[in-house]
Amino acid sequence: MTVRPLPQDPIVRSLIVQARKAQLNRRTLLAGGGAGLGALALAACSGGGGQAKPTAAADASKTDATLNWANWAAYIDEDDAGDYPTLVRFTEETGISVNYEVAVDDNNTYYGKVKDQLALGQDIGADLVCLTDWMVSRWIRLGYTQELNHDNIPNLANLVPSLRDPDFDPGRAHSVPWQGGFAGLAWNKEAIPGGLASVSDLWDPSLKGRVGVLSEMRDTMGCIMLENGVDIAGDWGDEEYGAAIDLLREQVESGQVRNIKGNSYLEDLKSEDTLAAIVWSGDITVINAEAGDKWEFAIPSAGGTLWNDNFLVPIGSPRKTNAETLIDYYYRPEVAAEVAAWVNFITPVAGAKEAAMEIDPELAENQLIFPNEETLSTAHIFRSLTGAEEQKYQAEFQSILLGS
Amino acid sequence: MAFAAFATTEAQPQAPRRRSRIALFLLLPGIAYLILFFLAPLVSLLLTSLQQPNEFGDIGVYDYGFNWQNYVDVVSVYWEHIVRSFGYALVATVLALAFSYPLAYFIGVTARRWPLLQGLMLVLVIAPFFISFLLRTLAWKQILSDESFIITSLKALSLLAPDAHFTGTPFAVIFGLTYNFIPFMTLPLYTTLERLDLRYLEAGSDLYASPFTVFRKVTVPLSMPGIVAGTLLTFIPAAGDYINASRDFLGGPDTQMMGNVIEANFLVTLNYPAAAALSIILMAAILVIVGVYVKRSGTEDLL
Repeated sequence: MTVRPLPQDPIVRSLIVQARKAQLNRRTLLAGGGAGLGALALAACSGGGGQAKPTAAADASKTDATLNWANWAAYIDEDDAGDYPTLVRFTEETGISVNYEVAVDDNNTYYGKVKDQLALGQDIGADLVCLTDWMVSRWIRLGYTQELNHDNIPNLANLVPSLRDPDFDPGRAHSVPWQGGFAGLAWNKEAIPGGLASVSDLWDPSLKGRVGVLSEMRDTMGCIMLENGVDIAGDWGDEEYGAAIDLLREQVESGQVRNIKGNSYLEDLKSEDTLAAIVWSGDITVINAEAGDKWEFAIPSAGGTLWNDNFLVPIGSPRKTNAETLIDYYYRPEVAAEVAAWVNFITPVAGAKEAAMEIDPELAENQLIFPNEETLSTAHIFRSLTGAEEQKYQAEFQSILLGS
Repeated sequence: MAFAAFATTEAQPQAPRRRSRIALFLLLPGIAYLILFFLAPLVSLLLTSLQQPNEFGDIGVYDYGFNWQNYVDVVSVYWEHIVRSFGYALVATVLALAFSYPLAYFIGVTARRWPLLQGLMLVLVIAPFFISFLLRTLAWKQILSDESFIITSLKALSLLAPDAHFTGTPFAVIFGLTYNFIPFMTLPLYTTLERLDLRYLEAGSDLYASPFTVFRKVTVPLSMPGIVAGTLLTFIPAAGDYINASRDFLGGPDTQMMGNVIEANFLVTLNYPAAAALSIILMAAILVIVGVYVKRSGTEDLL
């Protein structure tokens, strides 16, 4: 290309001269390096991988009658006006005003949002958060939770015995269950009139490309491992996990499993892209009510997984006593029954079933909301993983999700 | 020209000799902004990409180091996703150009005689922006689902195999990318074609050029700035897109792009160095590709 002569216009001319000067020369390179160093110093402020555990914030509940509660969508009773009746009564009774926020839509994204503040022991803007077992396990392990004072939660005596001593939190010192559910099989009753009995039925050639599994590693892998005869709550390791991973990889690569999704799997069930899937129990009750009684849920013959979302008080929260007061309130059987009737998940509060009898006897018989001992014995809790195991197993599972 | 408006013909050509302090002072907020919100995150990203796992650390705990091996690792594990990202982006860009050019030509040239029609068509191009990108993509997922009218009709006409499906395939992802980025291609094309001086086209045909030759030798070169701007506005975001290819939208496990890999590494496996290394690779690759492209298409003044 030839060099164009400078234009006549004096202003354009001087602009070009300026622009040429500004081109990279040694001086600007040095200046840029200086700015880069400044940025480096700034970036360093963001902190790195420290291991020291943060310390709990001082409790100011006595002078501050407020509480911020971060929870999942559609996870508490709600009336037509958008109010939460049980919470309104709690405020009337205790004078603690609750700021209920639907701030959690995924364990991982929520963790990604708050982890840096937690590591520094800062207030994350929530005094009470409900997260799933395995995420709670991570928070407790990393010291991101405050120890609960059980004297403030006398109703904790209503906690069902099977949930009193999880391996990640013996004696429930840091966490208290909010709601739980099963992961099991669901199918479209019109397309599969015969139904499904076991996870292996999902691999039937007639369902090729119409099967979905959950992107929640513990639920999908848990169901497959149970089918393989592994006790997921017990002592298993790389070999058992690897066998299940190989099976799932084969089914995904062959196209038998069409997709692996989180909450959005419900859209696929409704649009019938998916005819059979590993799903969460409460969701099926909800979509059956919404879109006609089209789907059926069953715990697989070899067993399904049982998970719980748990209350915990983040390390930086200055309102722990208020949080404990609220937990205690929701452990009253009649309050728990009211919530369970609305959210369709399993309540961990003993006596809630009897209380639900008064609201709606049919509801109280629903095994997916008020399971009896027999139903509960078919559901298993995925054992807690160490940090290294979590990293390794999750990476293997993700490699299937990413097709690599 | 805009600058000429400020100049008087008798003005003496005098270059500003000393830098005005006020000018520097006015630049300060801009520079501070860039350092705080661009340079610092970039440096932080670069440092993160070189971190190494903490030997005794929990999940997601890394120490600063100089572990350039991260780059080798991510390329060897995710090379398919890197190739796929740029492949999909390229196909989507070419398709978007093929759809947008006639459209922009019609709005910008053919419809010049009817300003009302021109305005109406522009509104139609822009209208999709009134609805969230996510909602539109979700809507397509429903429209193209297995039991939808379109897919069942295609199957009834034997244009699709009975067990074929559309969502979760590469076609669906490329379709989504093309659809979502067409306005970004159409608008820059429209702005250059709208200014196209038709007398050049007349001159071309006066010189016995066939309509195709006129298009190739006159219209395309004159609309080159629009083509370059449109392809850049489509290709760059498409290569880094993680919505269309997401398993929650139009993609499946075998259509995952770099954006999805970065998301999974960052949020789920908490492998921050891998996510950061991939981000740097994505940015560097785009920078190189765009640099070469702009250089070759002879429109350096765009940069």
